[in-house]
Amino acid sequence: MPQFAFEIKDVSKRYGQHWALARLSYSLPAGKSLLLTGHNGSGKTTLLRMLATSTFPTFGTMTVLGRDTRQARDEIRPEVALLSHASFLYEDLSARQNLRLLASLMGIADAKKVCDELITRVHLNTRGDNPVREYSAGMRKRVAIARLLLKAPKLALLDEPFGELDPQGILEMEALIAELKAKGTSLVLATHLIEQGQRLTDERLHLQAGRVGEVT
Amino acid sequence: MNPPGLLKTTWIVFKKDMQIEWRTRARLNALLFFAVATLLLFYFAIGGDPGTMRKSAGGFLWLALFFSSVLSLSESFRLETENFALEALRLAPTSPRAVFLGKAAANSLLSWVLALALVPLTVAFFDVSIKEGVPRLVLALALGSTAIAAPGTVYSAIATNARARDVLLPLLMFPVLIPSLIASVSSTTLILGGDPMNQMGDWLLFLFLFNLVYWPVCFLVFPKVIEDD
Repeated sequence: MPQFAFEIKDVSKRYGQHWALARLSYSLPAGKSLLLTGHNGSGKTTLLRMLATSTFPTFGTMTVLGRDTRQARDEIRPEVALLSHASFLYEDLSARQNLRLLASLMGIADAKKVCDELITRVHLNTRGDNPVREYSAGMRKRVAIARLLLKAPKLALLDEPFGELDPQGILEMEALIAELKAKGTSLVLATHLIEQGQRLTDERLHLQAGRVGEVT
Repeated sequence: MNPPGLLKTTWIVFKKDMQIEWRTRARLNALLFFAVATLLLFYFAIGGDPGTMRKSAGGFLWLALFFSSVLSLSESFRLETENFALEALRLAPTSPRAVFLGKAAANSLLSWVLALALVPLTVAFFDVSIKEGVPRLVLALALGSTAIAAPGTVYSAIATNARARDVLLPLLMFPVLIPSLIASVSSTTLILGGDPMNQMGDWLLFLFLFNLVYWPVCFLVFPKVIEDD
């Protein structure tokens, strides 16, 4: 078990002429949870995508679960799950088919049973075979949550997880975060709902224009 | 968990593309309509001279396929950019090379099926006979389809994030595919119109070699195209 869920040393990320992150350093101990806050465009999503190994630092080093993201992305990816603004779903496949696709790519044994259980857990039983194109934003979010659960990650990255969910869904998301923490999953929660986020996490990192604004 | 190897992952990606296609059948229907419309336009443009029509049949068949393939390849990656599904595939994780093989195989199959559907129409419009060359024609169409699909899949991945995607894709694709187009048209014309000099085998061999070069090159290059380094 690595000491840190992730370690960021002097990391900067540039898109064209714009610096999304600038000389950011931070470490999250394994098993801990972090609340990531900041205004729109402060670099929260970029940081989460970098932790998920979807993109990489322009400068600086970043390790996730003890491994360098650039060099060991293939080893890191099965152990990290990102719940993003985008649903990551194929619109013309059903929720069940989308989940089974991920399960088969991960090589999960008994994928059908596992996916059916997850569909039940996120309350999509009756609509699970309809194409995602017919789903509301909240339902898409529920499928995305099922995808995250399917991965059973060591590091869960949640980007605005409460958005689009109804009150019942929000309560369930809170319960899910508590469940992940109880299992020892390291967690990063990016949200504008600061009070709610602080209640659910151990540490807080506030970003300001891609730099560390405040750590509590 | 037992992550699948390259071939199994390729099959999963191929199956996913086919599943999406079968569920909507939108792409195949649109391609068929577009290709038939193109063939008809050529038919009307060439006039009523039977000799010219027969000589041009192979060329028109391949041009219709070629133009349709641009639409098909563009649509193939639009599916992946919608909801950032390609990012999800990468993070699953999935080998980018398996993504290439799966998508290129699906594009090849779609193009080949379209080509087979156009053959009876070509026979009817341009008054050509395929009685003695069906197996060779099927082979030529298969080799020509795979020749378009491999570089086409890479270029559609490159063009997918560009602002002028629909313009960029043919601009990138056409120059690279000209040799395969010449070979496809030549072999098909010889099959449809007779091959007194026994040249058709050479054109089919050229198409085979084109595939032999481009599939491995595209297989090696593709990860650089879809991975952010």
